[in-house]
Amino acid sequence: MSAAETLVATGNRAHSHGPGSPVPLQARSERPRSYDVADFAVPNGREEEWRFTPVKQLKALFDDAAGTETPKIDASGPEGVVFETVAADSLKVGKPQDRSAAVAWNHAGEAFAVRIPVEAELTEPVHVNVASLGARGFSHLIVEAGRHSRAIVIIDHTGAGELGTNVEIVTGDGSELRVVSIQQGDHESIHLAQHDALVGRDAKLHHVVVTLGGKIVRVATNVRYAGPGGDAELLGVYFAEGGQHHENRLFVDHEATNCKSNVLYKGALAGDHARSVWIGDVLIRAAAEGTDTFELNRNLVLTDGARADSVPNLEIETGEIEGAGHASATGRFDDEQLFYLQARGIPEDAARRLVVSGFFNDIIGKIGVPEVTEHLHDVIEQKLARAAELSASAKAVVGQ
Amino acid sequence: MATLEIRDLHVSVDTENGPKEILRGVDLTIAGGQTHAIMGPNGSGKSTLAYSIAGHPKYNITSGTVTLDGEDVLDMAVDERARAGLFLAMQYPVEVPGVSVANFLRTAKTAIDGEAPKLRTWVKDVNKALSDLDMDPTFGQRNVNEGFSGGEKKRHEIVQLELLNPKIAILDETDSGLDIDALKIVSEGVNRFASQGDKGVLLITHYTRILRYIKPDFVHVFVDGRVAEEGGPELAEELEANGYERFLKASTKA
Repeated sequence: MSAAETLVATGNRAHSHGPGSPVPLQARSERPRSYDVADFAVPNGREEEWRFTPVKQLKALFDDAAGTETPKIDASGPEGVVFETVAADSLKVGKPQDRSAAVAWNHAGEAFAVRIPVEAELTEPVHVNVASLGARGFSHLIVEAGRHSRAIVIIDHTGAGELGTNVEIVTGDGSELRVVSIQQGDHESIHLAQHDALVGRDAKLHHVVVTLGGKIVRVATNVRYAGPGGDAELLGVYFAEGGQHHENRLFVDHEATNCKSNVLYKGALAGDHARSVWIGDVLIRAAAEGTDTFELNRNLVLTDGARADSVPNLEIETGEIEGAGHASATGRFDDEQLFYLQARGIPEDAARRLVVSGFFNDIIGKIGVPEVTEHLHDVIEQKLARAAELSASAKAVVGQ
Repeated sequence: MATLEIRDLHVSVDTENGPKEILRGVDLTIAGGQTHAIMGPNGSGKSTLAYSIAGHPKYNITSGTVTLDGEDVLDMAVDERARAGLFLAMQYPVEVPGVSVANFLRTAKTAIDGEAPKLRTWVKDVNKALSDLDMDPTFGQRNVNEGFSGGEKKRHEIVQLELLNPKIAILDETDSGLDIDALKIVSEGVNRFASQGDKGVLLITHYTRILRYIKPDFVHVFVDGRVAEEGGPELAEELEANGYERFLKASTKA
C-alpha cells in the first residue's frame, strides 16, 4: 500500500484508538494537574495517559523519593544570555500532569533558567546539555524569551540513567523563540519529560522535539497562549530502533483569540519491537475565536515487528474559527519506490536512504537550525545502515 | 552496438491460486540502431515482459534467458541492469515524496556513470531536457512525480531517458493517456534518443497511434504471453485497419 493510499484509507475509516480502548469520555481540559505527587496514583498502565507506555519499566521515575544523582547541566550561549538558578516555583507556567512529572518537579531542586533579554536578537544558538550520569535524577529548566527577542535554544539530553525532566518555556510578547529538545540518551536510558509553553501576544514559538536515542523516551508538550496573535509551530522527529519506545504527547490549549498552532511529527521505525506513540490533543475553547490549527503525524515502518500508534484528538467549542484539522498516516516502506529508484541505477542502500530522507525532508526543512539538521541527517544515516545490516543478516538466516 | 536477446522466456506471478504463467516462451532480439514495437491486446503480457527485463521482484522467471551483449541480465539486481544500459520508461511512474526531481536525476546520473556529472554542464543538460519535453525548469524543485499529471509523469520518464542515455530503452505504454500534443512531444524525445544511431528501442503499446510519430523497424504482435506474428511497419498498418481480432481468434483455436 502506498503512502497516499494509506492516508486515504485512514481518513475514510473511523479513527482507531488502540485495541480495546474506547474514546475517553473525559475532556482533555479536565485532566488533573498538580504539584503534589500524592495527587497521582502510581500508574498501572490502564490509565488513558499511560495505556501505550511500558509503565512497569518506569517504577524508578514514579517513586516519590530524591534522586540518586544530580544530572550535569552545561550551558553556553552568545553574550547577553543570562543563566541562573532559581526556585522551582518561581515561574509556575508548567504544572505536572502525571505522576512522573510531579516526582521530577519535587525532586529536581532548583530550576536552571535561561533568559533571553528583552529585544535581544541572538545570532548564535544557546546550548544546554543535560547529562544523566547513569543513576536516577531529575532536572528542571526554564527558558524565558524577553519581549521582542529572537533566539534559538538547543537542549541536548544525553547519558545513561533514568531521567525525569520539566521544561517551562515562556515567549514574551512579539518574540520569536526556537526551542529544540534533543533526546539521545544511551541505549538503556529512560527519559520522561514534560514541556509547558506559554506563548505571548503576537509571539512565535517553534518547539522541536528530536528523539534519537534511549530505551524509553516520553515527551509531553503542552502549549497555551497568553494573549491573541500567538503562533506555535510544534515539530517532532523520531526514529525508534529495535526495543526502543519513543512517545510524544501534545496538548495545544487554544483559549486566546486569533492564535495559530501547527503540529507536524514524523517518525520512522525499524527493528523488532521498535515502538512509537503519538497523541495529539487540540482543544479550541469557546473564547478562542479565529483559531487556526492543524496537526499531522506520519510514521514510516521500515521493517516487520515495529509498531506505531497515532491518535489525534480535536475538541472544538466554537465554530468561529479560521480552520482546524488533523491527519495521521502510518505506512510501510514502499517497495515500488525502491524499484523505481533502482531501475534508474541507484543501488538499493542508496535508494532506501533517499526514500527515508525524502520522508523526513519537509520537517527537517522546517527545523531551521543547521547544526541540528546536520546531526539529524547523520544519525538517520547511521540508523538506516544498522537497519540494512539487520535485514541483510535476516535474509542470510532465511537463506541458510 | 548493444544487443538485447530474450530467449524462450517464461514468467509467472504468484496469485492466491498458486503461480500463474504470463509469459510462455518469448523470443526477441533488439540490436542497437533498431526500433521494435510490441503490440498486443490488454492482458497479453506486454508489461510483464517490460518489468521482467527490468527485474521487478513480483515476476518469477521460470525459464529462459535475457542477455545484454552476452551478459546475463537475469542474474543482475535491478540497479545493476540499469547501470548495464537498460532503461524502462514506466507506464505508472512512482511518486517519491520529499525527493526533488533535481536530486533524483543527479543521483541516478551519478549511479549510472559511476561519477558525479560536472555541475555546470549538468544543470544546462537538465534544463534542456526539461524544456525539450515542454516542462518548466521549476520541475527540478518538485518532488519526483508527486502531483504530476499523467502527461507530466510520462514526459518526466522521457527526460530521464534522454539524460541517462541507456543502450536499450523499453517504453511501456508511454503513449497511454497522452493527448496528441503530449504524444508528439514524447515521440520527438524518443526519436532524438533513437537518432543517435546505436540505441535500441522496444516500444510497447496497445495503440497504433504512436507509430505515426515513431517509425518502428520491426513490429511484433504479442498474444497470450508470446510473439504471435512478426513483420515490418506494414503489420502495424494491418492492426490499425483490422485490430487484434485475427490474432485473438488464432490464439483461441490453438
